[in-house]
Amino acid sequence: MSLGAPEVQTADEFRLPGEMREAIVAHALREAPRECCGIVAGRDGAPVQVYETRNIAEGNRLYEIDPRQLIDLEFRLLPEQGSEIVAIYHSHPESPAYPSLTDVELAFWPDAIYLICSLADGQRPDLRGFRIRDSLVHEVTLTQ
Amino acid sequence: MADEAGITVLIPTPLRRFTDGDAKVTMAGASVGEVLDSLERAYPGIGERLRDDSGQIRRFVNVFVNGQNVRDRDGVDTSLSEGDEVGIIPAMAGGSRV
Repeated sequence: MSLGAPEVQTADEFRLPGEMREAIVAHALREAPRECCGIVAGRDGAPVQVYETRNIAEGNRLYEIDPRQLIDLEFRLLPEQGSEIVAIYHSHPESPAYPSLTDVELAFWPDAIYLICSLADGQRPDLRGFRIRDSLVHEVTLTQ
Repeated sequence: MADEAGITVLIPTPLRRFTDGDAKVTMAGASVGEVLDSLERAYPGIGERLRDDSGQIRRFVNVFVNGQNVRDRDGVDTSLSEGDEVGIIPAMAGGSRV
């Protein structure tokens, strides 16, 4: 084991079907230059559906999921379907797909995967996933 | 106590570690603040996640009573009656601005 470079974690994966990945990218492109946001519902940790939500934050560089939609999803809609929130997504229209300090400070859902879709490269949207716990960021590999 | 209402409180996933995994608990209290006090007594540590040092609901926590955000009512002073449902939801927020 060499010292100096951080060890790359490969065991932690999150399977996100292609059509859900495409739905999130399409939402990001449609919402630009504002940030888009939404959640992915799943069963036993496996995604089953993407829900687009309203971003109530002001400006183009922040997101906050409409709490009214969130309370409906968390306490009514998803329990009725036997699912739960497994991932939270938002876009970074002009910056890389990596959690900002704001993203880390406001990560109140430590069991969810945080998905970030960067549009910084206009030709190639970049979607990545992270766990954010106790202010620590750990990238998870997205698989199909 | 006859004058204390039985209030259903919906606990969001990130706070269920305080409630032994329960998504729904019943608390006593005639206002949102009193119910949050009851919650803290029953599940020590949960209150600090919900309110700031001045006792107000934290900026990135939302509390709903029967579907209405208490920020649009009287905050922690919002009165409650038997059978009311209080839903607690931490924000999903962030963004590229640092």
